[in-house]
Amino acid sequence: MARSSVRAAVLLAATGALVLLALLSLTLGSRDIAPFEVLQVFTDPTPSADATVIREMRLPRTLIAIVVGAALAVSGAILQSLARNPLADAGVLGINSGAAVAVVVSAFVFGSMPVSGSVWFAFIGAGATTVAVYAIAAVGREGATPVKLALAGVCITALCGSITSALVLADPDALEELRMWQVGALGGRYFPVLTQVAPFLAVGLVAALCTGRVLNLLSLGEDLARGLGLRTGAARAGLFALVAVLSGAATAACGPIAFVGLMVPHAARLITGPDYRWILAYSAVLGPALLLGADIIGRLVLPGGEIPVGVVIGVLGAPAFVLLVRYRNLVEL
Amino acid sequence: MNAVLTVSGQRVFAHRRIRLVAAGLALAAAGLFWLAIAIGGELLPPGEVLTGLTGTGEPSTVFIVRELRLPRAAAALLIGLALGGAGTLFQRVLGNPLASPDFLGVAAGAGTATVAAIVFGASSALLLPTAALAGGALTAALIYLFAWRRGVSAYRFILVGVGVAAFAQSITSYLVARAEFRDAREALTWLVGSVGMASPEALTLLAITVVLFVPAGVYASRVLRALELGDATAQVLGSRTQRDRVAVLGIGVVLVAVATAAAGPIAFIAMLAGPLARLLLRRAGQSIAAAALMGAVLLQAADLLAQHALPWPISTGVVTGVFGAPYIAWTLISAARRADLR
Repeated sequence: MARSSVRAAVLLAATGALVLLALLSLTLGSRDIAPFEVLQVFTDPTPSADATVIREMRLPRTLIAIVVGAALAVSGAILQSLARNPLADAGVLGINSGAAVAVVVSAFVFGSMPVSGSVWFAFIGAGATTVAVYAIAAVGREGATPVKLALAGVCITALCGSITSALVLADPDALEELRMWQVGALGGRYFPVLTQVAPFLAVGLVAALCTGRVLNLLSLGEDLARGLGLRTGAARAGLFALVAVLSGAATAACGPIAFVGLMVPHAARLITGPDYRWILAYSAVLGPALLLGADIIGRLVLPGGEIPVGVVIGVLGAPAFVLLVRYRNLVEL
Repeated sequence: MNAVLTVSGQRVFAHRRIRLVAAGLALAAAGLFWLAIAIGGELLPPGEVLTGLTGTGEPSTVFIVRELRLPRAAAALLIGLALGGAGTLFQRVLGNPLASPDFLGVAAGAGTATVAAIVFGASSALLLPTAALAGGALTAALIYLFAWRRGVSAYRFILVGVGVAAFAQSITSYLVARAEFRDAREALTWLVGSVGMASPEALTLLAITVVLFVPAGVYASRVLRALELGDATAQVLGSRTQRDRVAVLGIGVVLVAVATAAAGPIAFIAMLAGPLARLLLRRAGQSIAAAALMGAVLLQAADLLAQHALPWPISTGVVTGVFGAPYIAWTLISAARRADLR
């Protein structure tokens, strides 16, 4: 009892930090606006340059970072449990690049379209790569080991990457449009993008947060979970579909961003222990915090321009990946 | 007495088999090289290819052969040799068919350095290979450093390589995203990898590197044989294992980096050449020379497909990527069947 109230208190504190980061994300940028004035913009409807910047640019950007960060982190937590693999992440496993290649191919076949259209192709791409990577890695007696999953992911990423580049290079206009998206960026994402992907992400997130009990059962092992009345095959299929929806929609909104789903669940697990109900809740708060923090860093580091959030996350996440490989016993989950 | 005879008999068989396979592969590479020069907008009969090469034919033929098609064919040949040889060196030092420069991040590091050079406006043709070499060597050193933990385990090496490659790639994609449009296009084209891009200077450097370092790799296979017996045995046999391993990997890094500088990170040739050559060698074991020649055959064939299979030419790297990925999936699956993936 005492433990769970500590967990709840820490979760509350983390949520407070997230709110603070969101406020910072509204104030900081190439045009600094004081926090007090930010609040004033929301209470006072008089139009001003500051109000436009905040309402039209920073608010949607911040909200997108929050939903996308939560989606990536939660899907990472689910993947790590499903694959019983500490290195599972929608970026490392190539799921995000699968969604990306589907978006690029659809843009070439049907012409450029709003996110509400391309998001369906992102789902298909994410779903197909999830199945492919898992199928490649699961052959053999020990099933999907960390090494096999990571290598299958690298191989799928390479395949998708070469197709994406070949298509993007064939059309200069598409290159200009897609090269920023391909890195994983939050800049230039305004309200239409948010309203188009938010429904998918919201439904997916709510569903995902309810899967904690199932994940706990699955982590007991196949036999025990089945003995306790779980239909494991159906549960796995449903969870994979959830991962495809979450990472597909996140990719459609911001481009392929790796490592959020890798780092956040590990941090969450360090705080909470192995209970997936808590891991999911923490991931849903810490994921947005990480993405917002990275986005703010990316906005401030360069005086002239900004670094796309996917790059900041990659620079932070790759060393985390190396540390995990080096210092953790990889068959721990 | 009898046992000794059998062993030496096997060795004679092995040497003969290696020579046979190498000769066959060299012939195939030469044939594909010829095809690469003969096929194009204008199909050249064998006689004209010859007169074009020697410069005695009609001026237009000489121009087509020497200026348009020869550089590309030569680039495919040289890069294939370099990647095939280097990939096999990596695979053998780390004792794992998946330990190729593609996974180990060496090509990714060389790629980041070269893209940086392109984006920051390096104009000298020698600067790109230098940058690639520095980037490749730096990433290789980093990976070795991070993966070293009371010995090298191939899988720790590979996974650390995946991480370091991701780091390098995120920097690369940042450079591409912030670059001027023209530079971005050049950098992206380069990143897919195409043998058609090699500049004359890069080709010269590549030729020198291949002539020096592929034989060095072949020579190094003696060292490899000792290393493959395990560190303890190799030390008893007089091999200074750590130094030898670094030296062999160094040869591999130089070959990969210079090849990458010339034509971009062409996917999977380094990984495929060794195992495919081994299929031909059967019990005769391994041969760096055969693997290098296999690399040349593969890349020459892939580039022919890239240029002529579709109505419009595509990058060589797309062809090798599309054909290579299923092979790797298959390698993973069959390695899993043998249960040597842990």
